[in-house]
Amino acid sequence: MKSKLSKLSQNQAFWPVMIFLAIILFNTIMTGGEFLKITIVDGHFYGRIIDIFRNGGKLMILAAGMTMVLATGGTDISVGSVMAISGAIACSVIKGNLLPGLNGSVAMAIILAVCAGILCGLWNGFLVSKIKIQPIVATMILLVAGRGIAQLITNGKIITITSDAYYFINGGYILGLPFPLYIVIFLVGLLLIFVTKTAFGLFLESIGCNPLASKFAGIKVDIYLLAIYTISGAFASVAGLIESAGIKGADCNNAGLNIELDAILAVAIGGTNLMGGRFSIFSSVIGALIVQSITTTVLALGVPAAYIRVLKAVLIIVICLSQSSKFKLSLGKMLAGKRKEAAAV
Amino acid sequence: MKRKLLSAILCASMVAASLAGCGSTAAKEEATVENEATPAGDAADDTADDSASDGKLVVGFAQIGQESGWRDAETMSIQTYAEEHADTVELKFADAQQKQENQIKAIKSFIEQDVDVIGLAPVVETGWDQVFAEAQDAGIPIILLDRTADVDESLYATFIGSDFIEEGKLAAQNMAELIGGKGKIVELEGTVGASAATDRKTGFDEEIAANYPDIEIVASQTGDFTRAQGKEVMESFLKSNPDIVGVYAHNDDMALGAIEAIKEAGLKPGEDIKTVSVDGVKGIFEAMVAGEANCTVECNPLLGPLFFETAAKLKAGESVEKWVKSVDGVFTSDIAADVIDDRAY
Repeated sequence: MKSKLSKLSQNQAFWPVMIFLAIILFNTIMTGGEFLKITIVDGHFYGRIIDIFRNGGKLMILAAGMTMVLATGGTDISVGSVMAISGAIACSVIKGNLLPGLNGSVAMAIILAVCAGILCGLWNGFLVSKIKIQPIVATMILLVAGRGIAQLITNGKIITITSDAYYFINGGYILGLPFPLYIVIFLVGLLLIFVTKTAFGLFLESIGCNPLASKFAGIKVDIYLLAIYTISGAFASVAGLIESAGIKGADCNNAGLNIELDAILAVAIGGTNLMGGRFSIFSSVIGALIVQSITTTVLALGVPAAYIRVLKAVLIIVICLSQSSKFKLSLGKMLAGKRKEAAAV
Repeated sequence: MKRKLLSAILCASMVAASLAGCGSTAAKEEATVENEATPAGDAADDTADDSASDGKLVVGFAQIGQESGWRDAETMSIQTYAEEHADTVELKFADAQQKQENQIKAIKSFIEQDVDVIGLAPVVETGWDQVFAEAQDAGIPIILLDRTADVDESLYATFIGSDFIEEGKLAAQNMAELIGGKGKIVELEGTVGASAATDRKTGFDEEIAANYPDIEIVASQTGDFTRAQGKEVMESFLKSNPDIVGVYAHNDDMALGAIEAIKEAGLKPGEDIKTVSVDGVKGIFEAMVAGEANCTVECNPLLGPLFFETAAKLKAGESVEKWVKSVDGVFTSDIAADVIDDRAY
């Protein structure tokens, strides 16, 4: 039994899941059970847990894409701007401001938005793999320029749309569960199958550990880098669709603002080394849930506005410390030392 | 290897910087080009312009960015006025993309270009002393537009804008009327540290506390003036306080987000939960016509004419009052349908 438990705790996803459960437990106690309450409203589930999954959907998708980028030792800080571009394109098409010939077709709007995301990802991948620019710098170009492109598309205004089909992406429910959750399951599931059932994941880890050695071992490093940045861009565009569907419009200045940092944090909390190497997409998705639940916690506790960031900072420090094996080790030693002292007295 | 890396970083940052620069210069060029194009019509006008161009009123305006429809309307008002009066005024416009450092940079560049008057809508209240002092040393008066800054009164010439405290009080009176003077309400605050947020809260809270003892503000949290966060915070409010009868938002966009959250909770916005917000953007009028919102306190953004008139006075050396108040109004859902077509923003 004990060996089984210790084996389980060796799994990368073990601690993230434990932290997530701890946050839920903490909230449940603090709110007197209100946090866990799930009721049925208008034929769908309704409650804070549902909120975490729906609002965390976009972050889970971003984190899944980001994990692979980070696994190769790279990073993609342009995802927030790509989200803004994708939302801008989709809303402009539906409103008829862009390509009025499409008659505001929602399907075409979504396809075009995702295509734009793929294009952005290809651009990032091209800069990183072919031009050999440092990933953080290469993606910084789109981080800055992307939001400008999005503003250009919307003419710098917040576009408000009325399309029930488009709202469904964020506000829809299937079998009582929010639609973003299904998008997450589909995309992450696809990615997990692809990474675990093919050698793709192994190659990524190899590139992250030593790109040069990987190249000499016959791995086409450039192609793989191009592929993962493209996937990250495509995922970001889907996240952008979810975000813009949630507010029924495209808000280019605020859509996905600073979310790249949340995505990287999610991956870090998930236990993937940001310097590259071993990675776990599932852990990152749990990490994203943790990041989202921190926000939900702060809101549920009713912390005064001025203290929100401080509280978030404290929570993040605690979580990061709990992830550090060195800290846990020294804490354990300290506790053991205290116990000895107490015994001696 | 190290040198290569450094040069790559430098190259990319230069590309990024030039791309970032593109956005703002393009906007500036557009403004000046249009300025030149307008008076080219009449030969007689031309000569008059030539003599006037020496004495043109040159104004630099550092706008916050495009955070909401309201701010777009303000920007439009200023740019339209500059275009219509191209023979007497020249506008240098800078978009700070919601960053204080960009606004400070813009002001510094205005000082270098030796403009006659600098206009500024400060993104936050604090941290302006030094750059304002620099402008003062250069002999350039500063006009604060629609938001105040926490500096000594001697450092700026005048403030043009609404009385936010008064807006908060008006909102409180209308909220009391809507909910019959009693019940639990929640408040969605703007960006922490912005004068619009602090004053609208002060005015509202004081009025409620002073005159409506049966109204209780059960929760108040920041929604950062954005739709997405307005929605997320409202979702949380609805769970911890299911019995609220009204929501007061510091701007219309947060109210629009809150309306979505109310709908998801299976309640009817505008009926089960009354809304009062500030600004008066078109979106909230559409919502009022649809019966989903109740009341907006207009904060007039069409400050262009007032701004340039004040700037002209300052250039001529005339004295202006320290606070030039703009005129605000209240719109309720009863009259929304009649006035919606006249809304300029």
